[in-house]
Amino acid sequence: MSGGAHEPAAGLKLYHPPMSLWWWLERRAYFKIVVRELTSLFVGAFAVVTLLQIRAVGDGPEPYAAFAAMLGSPAFITFSVVAFLAVLFHALTWFPLVPTTIVLRVGEQRVPGNIIAGAHFAGWLIVSVVVAYILLRG
Amino acid sequence: MAETLRLEVSRYRPEEDSEPTLQSYDVLLDALNHVKNEIDGSLTFRWSCRMGVCGSCGMMANGEPKLTCAVPLTDYDPAQPIRIEPLQFFPVVRDLVIDMSSFLEKLSNVKPWIIRDDVEATEAVEFKQTPAELDAYKQFSMCINCMLCYSACPVIGLEPEFSGPAAIALAQRYNLDSRDKGKEERMDVLDAHEGLWGCTYFGECTKVCPKNVDPAGAIQLYKMASATDYLKSLLLPWGSK
Repeated sequence: MSGGAHEPAAGLKLYHPPMSLWWWLERRAYFKIVVRELTSLFVGAFAVVTLLQIRAVGDGPEPYAAFAAMLGSPAFITFSVVAFLAVLFHALTWFPLVPTTIVLRVGEQRVPGNIIAGAHFAGWLIVSVVVAYILLRG
Repeated sequence: MAETLRLEVSRYRPEEDSEPTLQSYDVLLDALNHVKNEIDGSLTFRWSCRMGVCGSCGMMANGEPKLTCAVPLTDYDPAQPIRIEPLQFFPVVRDLVIDMSSFLEKLSNVKPWIIRDDVEATEAVEFKQTPAELDAYKQFSMCINCMLCYSACPVIGLEPEFSGPAAIALAQRYNLDSRDKGKEERMDVLDAHEGLWGCTYFGECTKVCPKNVDPAGAIQLYKMASATDYLKSLLLPWGSK
């Protein structure tokens, strides 16, 4: 039993605490990240809908009109609202974490994390304004 | 009358218990050592330096991983009991003592030492570093192996084979050291599901670290390095190394 350098001493009666099925409800931070991981499903679903929409454009006016009518149905509008809220939660909780994945240096100084996170939020805002302009210019 | 507070301490006596039970002690404000010295000498726990350096006294205090020597009792409401339990996600040897053998194995697997093949380990040689080169890894070198980060990470509980925050942060510490040449050897160990990619970025390891090491940040940077290496090998197969 105690053959390896890092194995517990032979004869110990160790207690192995069980992991609760509800571990993700035990800490607020665990719950938040599990919810964020689940919102990824909506991010993926949104991407799939966009790809299908592009395919419908390629199929011609009639298939696109049918697809657009489906997008306008009450059920799909409900899905879109839920998906939008999920994607919003995902972005709002993810962007503040981005600075830990990116180390930028200007000269010898590391760029502060709030500038990197702020740049992501600014980029998001600019893209949103451009998309809103394209959609709403009539 | 001296002010007292109540501790609820997890007891596990392997010769008589099948699982831990809670035992209460009303104590003066010297807590566990007071229990050990004055009330119940059978209570077992680890401690050594009492100054946040040795990393021996990590325990769960009211469900949070804490280096208990670094947490003043005045942080807690004296009207409420403080629940003291062994670090979670580790097997328990006795009372508040956990079995750290899995951690030690994970630690040695990532080769947390300077690797070079151009000098013998016993040779008296000096490798100079600039302050900037020291700064590159200094933060990650502050780890005291207290294992609080393992106890904060649910992935350790769900996937016991996961290398874990401290081991990966220490691997990164040596990768970023200008004297080291072992980055590829460590990547061979860590570029796996039970290595870097087991981390789902809960980020709790960084929050509980008493030395501000930021293991979550180290892991994400390591993932970026691994992904960049992969892309380079894909796009520039002749010059990826």
